[in-house]
Amino acid sequence: MPETRPEVALFVTCLVDLFRPVVGFAAVDLLERSGCRVTVPAAQTCCGQPAFNSGDRGNAKAIAAQVIEAFEGFDYVVVPSGSCGGMLAKHYPELFEDNLEMKDRAYDFAARTHELISFLVDVRGMSAVDATFDGHVTYHDSCSGLRELEVKEQPRKMLAQVADLQLTELPGAELCCGFGGTFCVKYPDISNNMVGDKTADIKKTGADLVLAGDLGCLMNMAGKLKRDGSPVQARHIVEILAGMTDEPAIGEGQTE
Amino acid sequence: MKATTREFKDNARAALADVGLQTALEKMETGFVVNRANAAAKLPEFEALRDQGRDIKNHTLENLDFYLEAFEAKVQEAGGHVHWAATSEEARNIILDICRSVDAKTVTKGKSMIAEEIGLNDFLEENGIAPIETDLGEYIIQLRNEPPSHIIAPAIHVSKSEVADAFHEAHTELDPGRNLDEPQALLDEARAMLRQKYIDADVGITGANYLIAETGSSVIVTNEGNGDLTQTLPKIHIAVASLEKVVPTLEDATALLRLLARSATGQEFSSYTTFSTGPRRSQDPDGPEQYHVVLLDNGRANLLGTEVRDVMRCIRCGACMNHCPVYSSVGGHAYGWVYPGPIGSVLTPTLIGVEEARHLPNASTFCGRCESVCPMRIPLPKLMRHYREKAFEEKLSPVTERAGLGLWAFFARRPSLYRWSTGLIISVLGVLGRRRGRFRSLPFTKGWTQYRDLPAPRGQSFQQQWAARSGRRTLGT
Repeated sequence: MPETRPEVALFVTCLVDLFRPVVGFAAVDLLERSGCRVTVPAAQTCCGQPAFNSGDRGNAKAIAAQVIEAFEGFDYVVVPSGSCGGMLAKHYPELFEDNLEMKDRAYDFAARTHELISFLVDVRGMSAVDATFDGHVTYHDSCSGLRELEVKEQPRKMLAQVADLQLTELPGAELCCGFGGTFCVKYPDISNNMVGDKTADIKKTGADLVLAGDLGCLMNMAGKLKRDGSPVQARHIVEILAGMTDEPAIGEGQTE
Repeated sequence: MKATTREFKDNARAALADVGLQTALEKMETGFVVNRANAAAKLPEFEALRDQGRDIKNHTLENLDFYLEAFEAKVQEAGGHVHWAATSEEARNIILDICRSVDAKTVTKGKSMIAEEIGLNDFLEENGIAPIETDLGEYIIQLRNEPPSHIIAPAIHVSKSEVADAFHEAHTELDPGRNLDEPQALLDEARAMLRQKYIDADVGITGANYLIAETGSSVIVTNEGNGDLTQTLPKIHIAVASLEKVVPTLEDATALLRLLARSATGQEFSSYTTFSTGPRRSQDPDGPEQYHVVLLDNGRANLLGTEVRDVMRCIRCGACMNHCPVYSSVGGHAYGWVYPGPIGSVLTPTLIGVEEARHLPNASTFCGRCESVCPMRIPLPKLMRHYREKAFEEKLSPVTERAGLGLWAFFARRPSLYRWSTGLIISVLGVLGRRRGRFRSLPFTKGWTQYRDLPAPRGQSFQQQWAARSGRRTLGT
């Protein structure tokens, strides 16, 4: 156990907040187990990526400034998403290149920001989880986590600690699922082709459950699997690591 | 070439429904992608070489005027000519004048994307000169009257049987009953048909992978040797290249060559790498009597000093499109102009304007795979985002899209209002979606629910549940 308990602020992400609160609670649980004190600043909505990636730099900056303000004073900012994590840690500083005061704050903020799983493994040195999951799973590497934040081995290290869990690597695990934020609704035909390839690969593994670290990708993959009538389910990796699997999987009904 | 970039969505839909194209595109992941990964893994200094390549190009771009003038002086010293073309039209006319100076009837052509960019083939034909493509892929698409769909594999979208059909149709002097089932038969036939054309051509036109300031040389790489015959046999060799192809020294060119083939096809080196310096000298056994270089600007000089400058590092290896999930979904023609894939999504708005090409930089998930393999470390997603910002500033995106974004941002910038309003929406959706856990359709969600179910919210947000928990630390509530 580390000598001091670092103060961690959880950036919940809008999708977790609105669609899958259990991911937030699982994140808090894992952070506390790793010896952190967790706070959830109320003045958070979204990381601003929809504006940033739509070319609306003005709103992206305003939202970024609001997030930086709300998360001032914490040792760490932790995000259960590689995509939002990448926005906070890699793109916020870019937004303020022309504003000296905000630029410094953005760099300071970015340096304190981590994607959840890599934070647990790389920063907190967490090597064991007290979890059991009797199932056959596969894992999708979400693009931003993988390529912007180098999240690759950490989730696999954690999954290897889960008792009874069988992991089959996903062919093409590093290929985009076709979500891409607003891309999936602006270019639905192309997005559908990409997620169709992804779910075909998922089915090939024979796994009953696909895991990932980003709710956007998961909702996309789950939505496609369900539309196709596939029994394969989807969950955020932290639900397994925290043992919070009572909640139906993503897109599954209460009575199923 | 008339751009169809405005119809990108329709182009994409047609491409997705094209079974032959989809079969061809599936092979990319097992071909180019695997081969590139193996080639990169085998070279311990590959990542360092990428840094070196980036630095060489950055240095050159920072001193572009100096190196271009040095190049020109060296070409002239070797007895060649350099022509400066500000626009495509100027470049076409310079080339036509050179061709007319020897009353050229046919010209052979090595593969050149710049020739595509300036629309050279159509122009020569309109002026009574027959251009003959000598790269096999280019030859195939010339017979099919199509533009290339990939910058290094122009006929990647064409199946073997479609090539046989094109040959049967074009080579009417041959036995119509001949068997063209095997790739070797196609290759032999193309080679036989092209051989005499090389000898008959009055002018040979090639592109250039590099122009070397130190020596005044142009460099081409091919796997077929067609470029060598194109530039060696006719009386005149014209190399057409854009400004940013210049590099300072032979050393620099070789550093970039080590990156090029590995990134493109996964070869350590292309089969042929040819350096041309000036026309044939008295003691040379062969070579052209005249050597011309046409340097095309076409708006590139204006990029120097801007944030789009990095795109000028491109060495046209094609790795970005080989690794792009959007390219591998829709192929190159859907992009609607000369350059497809991620590099095309940046170059096209740069060269023909963001109004025409708005869709291309938008049609990306920003998965970042292109940047991760680009040998010149061009930040392609960042540059695409730059054009999204331009399109947004110029109000080029649809009104509904802008209004939706504005409404969302209004709430996202007001956390209390956001919590209250989103709480209301998800409590309704939570009730509606409780039993099935997902929706097949909802108002305003067609983009999503057309192809996917929408997972239902659980009724209460995380923030609501968190705030309701006693004894937990919250901030600002």
